[in-house]
Amino acid sequence: MSDLTLTPNIAGADDFYAELLAAHEGLDKSASDALNARLVLVLANHIGDRAVLSKALKAAAFKE
Amino acid sequence: MNKIFEVPLYAYERSPDQDASSPARHKVIVIGAGPIGLAAAIDLAQQGIEVVVLDDNDKVSFGSRAVCYAKRPLEILDRLGCGQPMVDKGVEWNLGKVFFDDRQVYDFNLLPEDGHQRPAFINLQQYYFEEYLVNRVRELQEAGAPIEIRGRNKVEAIGTHADHVKLEVETPEGSYTVEADWLIACDGAGSPVRSMLGLDFVGRVFEDNFLIADVIMDAGFPTERWFWFDPPFNRGQSALLHKQPDNVWRIDLQLGWDIDKEREKRPENVIPRLKAMLGEDVQFELEWVSIYTFQCRRMEKFRHGRVLFAGDAAHQVSPFGARGANSGLQDTDNLIWKLKLVMEGKAPESLLDSYDMERIHGADENILNSSRSTDFITPKSEMSRVLRDAVLDLSEQYEFARPLVNSGRLSVPCTYDGSPLNSADALLDGPARTRPGSPCLDAPLGDGFLLPKLGDKFILLTIDADAPDLIEEEGIEVTRLALSVKDDPTMELKRRYLGDNDSAVYLIRPDQHVAARRATFDETQFRHAIRRATGKE
Repeated sequence: MSDLTLTPNIAGADDFYAELLAAHEGLDKSASDALNARLVLVLANHIGDRAVLSKALKAAAFKE
Repeated sequence: MNKIFEVPLYAYERSPDQDASSPARHKVIVIGAGPIGLAAAIDLAQQGIEVVVLDDNDKVSFGSRAVCYAKRPLEILDRLGCGQPMVDKGVEWNLGKVFFDDRQVYDFNLLPEDGHQRPAFINLQQYYFEEYLVNRVRELQEAGAPIEIRGRNKVEAIGTHADHVKLEVETPEGSYTVEADWLIACDGAGSPVRSMLGLDFVGRVFEDNFLIADVIMDAGFPTERWFWFDPPFNRGQSALLHKQPDNVWRIDLQLGWDIDKEREKRPENVIPRLKAMLGEDVQFELEWVSIYTFQCRRMEKFRHGRVLFAGDAAHQVSPFGARGANSGLQDTDNLIWKLKLVMEGKAPESLLDSYDMERIHGADENILNSSRSTDFITPKSEMSRVLRDAVLDLSEQYEFARPLVNSGRLSVPCTYDGSPLNSADALLDGPARTRPGSPCLDAPLGDGFLLPKLGDKFILLTIDADAPDLIEEEGIEVTRLALSVKDDPTMELKRRYLGDNDSAVYLIRPDQHVAARRATFDETQFRHAIRRATGKE
């Protein structure tokens, strides 16, 4: 059972953020929202661990 | 007021060139007596190369302008003999605070690494920097060095030829013609030289305006960098507060695109903005106000035959990250030793093309970083803003989001990976930070430091390794600097230059960048390395 990582964990954080913005470039708001939703689901599936996912949901909602 | 930037520092004087029957020919003419032009001229003069600096003005820069100087440029200025006054006068800082909306979300400490002579950053008004450079020029002149600054000498026309450049120069007493073997254009982002030669300057315009104000106050704000995203006193925009010497504070307020610049600059409009930020009761005096917009762009090539561009004339970045003046100093640091070898016939002219290659690499790195900062500070789409605000909200509670907050990635020196002057790294598992192409890292050596022992010429640095005291390869002299890990009880020299190796030999360029390294001295290999580093292989 692993914990939710809330310390820096992405090498090249600026490169990642630029890629994230680039993925949204040219999309209108609803298309961007849809992209974000798909991204959340893809990442959630990658994580898999139900306990971690629950913790992530709480962390994002600041309900920790 | 009698501020340094109001006094002519290099007043117009008639030059014998203006009365010459045929145009005088100089070795090098530098256009622009800003920080980069003066650094180029000092570097040349120190090495005995005759140089004339032409400037259309006669004073140092008006207002604080470039205020943040990083460690690497300070090390370059040490080599030019003016690092100490900068550090003595400048304000050192390591702490930063980030605010979002009405609250502080986190703070950071740049935590400078031990074992360096110079601090990570200092803040200093550009006019002091330029004054110290002019002082250094005067000192060199007194010592008989061939350097001259001509104030109120405005270049009106340029003729380029295969082996020289011809200039038409306008002065208060009429115009004259003068020639130079080489021309270095350091005439700023609006470079008239670039326009006169019809050269490109393409890139990205950012549709935004920033109000910068220098404010004198005896405020109790600590010596920290404070950055606000979307604060109550400047809704939807950003703000920056940074300390300079003499109780001068630099304030940057983002204003947005659609504004009336002249109106916004008036004190009656600036002062209420500053009061909203600083508090109604804080007493302050406005020293300087300006509004700027910016672009991120560069020339396609920095070398055009006998004309070499450096600093903002060659590349322009957004101010976030202090990459303007800091990168300009790295330009001339890279250029001058190459030019000297070419002028002395010790290296082929093609060596100058490596200036283009290496510094374009540096400019692209700076443009990339400063564009990303700008995109974070001024999101250009709704989703971009949603993501930015999410990062800021998360950063208050979770450490992971803090590296994503981008209010400027502060200037770090460029490593010339892939440069044709580098020899392949032959030090097995050597520290990555000192691989070929890197600027040498400073290290403590008992009472002193490593960097002051490097520079101006090629050095063979041996650490617990044998090598000849002098190698000469086709006119290039390489002098040995013999050190031992025992010279540094803190072991930084070992950590930074040897890693797990017992010995190392480094070939170090005159600009303190590593050209080649191996565990032990191998004459054939180092002769190849010297030839490569001087554009002969």
